[in-house]
Amino acid sequence: MSSVPIVLKTEGLVKKFGGITATQDVNLSIAQGARHALIGPNGAGKTTLINLMTGVLEPTEGRITLEGMDITRMAPDQRVQRGLVRTFQINQLFASMTPLETLAMVVSQQQGLGGRWWQPLGANRKVVERCEQLLSLFRLTEVMNQRTEVLAYGKRRLLEMAIALACEPRVLLLDEPVAGVPAGEREELLHTVAALPADVSVMLIEHDMDLVFDFATRITVLVNGAVLTEGTPQEIANDPQVKSVYLGHSEELTHG
Amino acid sequence: MKAVQDSLLAPSRFKVWEPLLWLLAFAAPWVFPGHALIVNEIAIVALFALSLDLILGYAGVVSLGHAAFFGFGAYTAALFAKLVMPDPLAGLLVGMAGATVLGAVCSLTILRGSDLTRLMVTLGMALILLELANKLDWLTGGSDGLQGVVMGPVLGRFEFDLMGQTSAWYSLSVLLGLFVLARRWVHSPLGATLKALRDNPLRAMAIGINVQLRLAVVYTVAAGVAGAAGALLAQTSGFASLDVFALDRSADVMLMLVIGGVGWLYGGVLGAVVFKLLHDVISGITPQYWTFWIGLFLVVLVLVGRDRLRKPWSWFGKPKAHGESA
Repeated sequence: MSSVPIVLKTEGLVKKFGGITATQDVNLSIAQGARHALIGPNGAGKTTLINLMTGVLEPTEGRITLEGMDITRMAPDQRVQRGLVRTFQINQLFASMTPLETLAMVVSQQQGLGGRWWQPLGANRKVVERCEQLLSLFRLTEVMNQRTEVLAYGKRRLLEMAIALACEPRVLLLDEPVAGVPAGEREELLHTVAALPADVSVMLIEHDMDLVFDFATRITVLVNGAVLTEGTPQEIANDPQVKSVYLGHSEELTHG
Repeated sequence: MKAVQDSLLAPSRFKVWEPLLWLLAFAAPWVFPGHALIVNEIAIVALFALSLDLILGYAGVVSLGHAAFFGFGAYTAALFAKLVMPDPLAGLLVGMAGATVLGAVCSLTILRGSDLTRLMVTLGMALILLELANKLDWLTGGSDGLQGVVMGPVLGRFEFDLMGQTSAWYSLSVLLGLFVLARRWVHSPLGATLKALRDNPLRAMAIGINVQLRLAVVYTVAAGVAGAAGALLAQTSGFASLDVFALDRSADVMLMLVIGGVGWLYGGVLGAVVFKLLHDVISGITPQYWTFWIGLFLVVLVLVGRDRLRKPWSWFGKPKAHGESA
């Protein structure tokens, strides 16, 4: 375990909104290539934690490091350029653009061509190739020329993740990737989550326990903004504290 | 590979009708020499509308004070002709440069706040400049306007004539040149990132785009283009007056974009043509009340919708179901 380098680390992270403490002294380490799940009841502060990590919110106290570099006060877009990328629980897409345009734009930006104004969007061969890969990986090829706002919900959920992967993340934070996806379109999404590149470290926030126990090799439980416990899926499943505080219904854990 | 690339390149390719449209525009002052002046006016406001489309249609920045840059370009070009040299192209570049610098300074103010804040800030900016031009009468001529602007020939060869043919061709050429550049710009990776931050600034930031910087860049460039339009007006009319900063001008250009459609470079051009021709025709019939008819036209256009006006047969039958928004 100790030989695997830590890519993302929070130390003593605290976030207060007025009198309310949304994040209490969170120490979290994501190892390289990790499949790490963050679970906790509603209001546990999972999304706040993601917002702190990605720079949407600034912590009241504490430190965040990405591959050894202090990013606590770094602008969100610079964190992305350094490989810290997230998806959103509620789709955040570009409604008037097509999936292809969207991905070509993101890939161009990622490859440092985002400031070019004299070339058309498809002029760069590498960009086109990467778009093609992403479209087929996320099964978006048939709908690549439809406006995003008319796509089926499942497809939009896939695009949400494709955009994040197009940013070539080192650490990928997935905020409830299957939330609201109807059962029929779920398989496609789970398949792509499982097929994420092995060297990308993934932190998954999810309510779906089947997915968490299938996917994660390490689980952190967050309650009231603080880390309750952390361990392997086996340890978490057998932890009496977790059962009583978080899940309440012990039968949900037997899937692991 | 091929299909993907073709889909990406398709929007940037010229359509068959585009060269035809420009040929018609350039032929107009020659076929109807008596109407060269209005062709010139249309070309100038079309350029101004194009500039607003760059920020409103392609980056989602609402502005009610775009005349600030138009006016600044106009006064700069007029002063340059009067005080330095009468060459039109040099004056045009100076006018553009002046407006670009002003745009860069103003872009700092629009980066903060929401649409309403921006609306107010842009409006205030134009009012400040209007009052400055009014007060600095030793330089600008105050409310009398800046008179006695005499222009040299374009490229040292084409004298401005009373009919306005040279003016029309000069303005059309500048419009075409900047239009082609703008066309490149909106279909480029940069243009795509601007569309992205118009659609969803939160996500644009989450894919590594420096939203503030991009907004500042597009605002500055659009200001330069508006300055070019203003410079053309001052040069072809030989005059700059306070009304170049007026709120009406900012509002009119917004109306033109609404008429022609935002986020589509030809929208500004089309809107300018329709607006100016309507103005010309209606004010010929009823000089005092022409705004009534323009107003009525706008209300109908917005309530009925551009698509349905263009396709009256769709007024009957079931409305098409819209997809959920993403």
